[in-house]
Amino acid sequence: MSFSFPMIARRSVAIAALALLGAVLAACGVNNVPTLEERAKASWGEVQNQYQRRADLIPNLVETVKGFAAQEREVLTAVIEARAKASQVKVDASTITDPARFKEFQDAQNQLSGALGRLLVTVERYPDIKSNQNFLALQSQLEGTENRVAVARRDYIQAVQAFNTEIRTFPGVIWARLFWGAKAMESFTATTGAERPPAVKF
Amino acid sequence: MTSRWLSQLGALLLLLWSGVALAADPTYPALSGRIVDGANLIAPEARQRIETKLKAHEDKTSDQLVVATVPSLQDVSIEDFANGLFRFWKLGEAKTNNGVLLLVAPTERKVRIEVGYGLEGALTDALSKVIITTAVAPKFKTGDFAGGIEGGVDAILSILSGDAEEWQRRASVRSDESSTGETIAVVFVMLMVFILIVAFMTEARRGGSSRRHRLRDGRWVMVPPSAGWGTGSGGGWSSGSGGGFSGGGGSSGGGGASGDW
Repeated sequence: MSFSFPMIARRSVAIAALALLGAVLAACGVNNVPTLEERAKASWGEVQNQYQRRADLIPNLVETVKGFAAQEREVLTAVIEARAKASQVKVDASTITDPARFKEFQDAQNQLSGALGRLLVTVERYPDIKSNQNFLALQSQLEGTENRVAVARRDYIQAVQAFNTEIRTFPGVIWARLFWGAKAMESFTATTGAERPPAVKF
Repeated sequence: MTSRWLSQLGALLLLLWSGVALAADPTYPALSGRIVDGANLIAPEARQRIETKLKAHEDKTSDQLVVATVPSLQDVSIEDFANGLFRFWKLGEAKTNNGVLLLVAPTERKVRIEVGYGLEGALTDALSKVIITTAVAPKFKTGDFAGGIEGGVDAILSILSGDAEEWQRRASVRSDESSTGETIAVVFVMLMVFILIVAFMTEARRGGSSRRHRLRDGRWVMVPPSAGWGTGSGGGWSSGSGGGFSGGGGSSGGGGASGDW
């Protein structure tokens, strides 16, 4: 017995206090910040995943359309260039906390969406393509991917909103500043009036 | 039809281009059974028949296929409505996300097959589209909703049971997928079966007798093996048995296809 009784008592009090502090911190939601951060990052991964899937479909789509409408060079080139540009944008985990890089990513993908939309409108004029089974399969895949992109973006927007709210409101703001040094994440911008489908004129 | 579809896809792309639509959540119906016929399209006997098929498939594979008809999409696109409804009902198991939703909106003349994350590989977008254009929409055009729904259900179930090739042929879509994947799958399944048999035999030799119990009157009864080899789905799965029917916590990321008639 090298320890005197008060020594042991003091130690156990210290341990109990630490345990209590841990429990109190957890109850105060100190873990909310990293939990929400991980969720947002996972949603971001899904967004990238689906955009990648779309990019992977494009060469095949372009080849198929080319077989029927090689003269539509302008539209086809626009798609290829937009795809190349979109895949050149370097994306990693830090993209979502960097407004400039996030905007670059979003702009590149939007450009590609626009070019693809124009390609599909052009294809309207070629009945042969529209009855080609290969094209129809590609088209349904592209349609499915666009829908997945929309879902992934919506999930990401919600996850980021939850995270940003947490790190800007009490008590999350304390933990975010003190413990985690968390930065607000960028989100996709919904332009005003986007609830209504845009008037499409060609 | 195709041209309308094309312009819709074009419009969808342009919509994405201009920004993300954040529509208010519609109100979803309750999951009252495997067929939620809110638009009253299916006669009782057809309903009974389809339900039996759905239940048989679910009992066999745990894939959860649910049919829903709604009187209105509440000004939401069918894609958003189907995804929201799928997630609201949490179809499929939480771990495997093996749910499928066949949604019919007769007022808007839209139909969609929404596929859970876990079944996207089997029931692809292209196959879903083929089902809609060959098995569902033609019947709907003649006003035979029950027939179209049953045709769609049969097609989905046949694909989920492994007859994807039949449907690919029907679409005469050139398929470049090699059969190596299938070969590997077959070998894997055979290996699993072999392991199972060996495991059961060793088990029987070692402790088999302990599974048998002698009743007082001297007869032997077999006690069913305890859940040792069950897949242990867990995850709040509670289908059918108690009369209540519910989803298992699955989710969908927008896989599948939509169509109209």
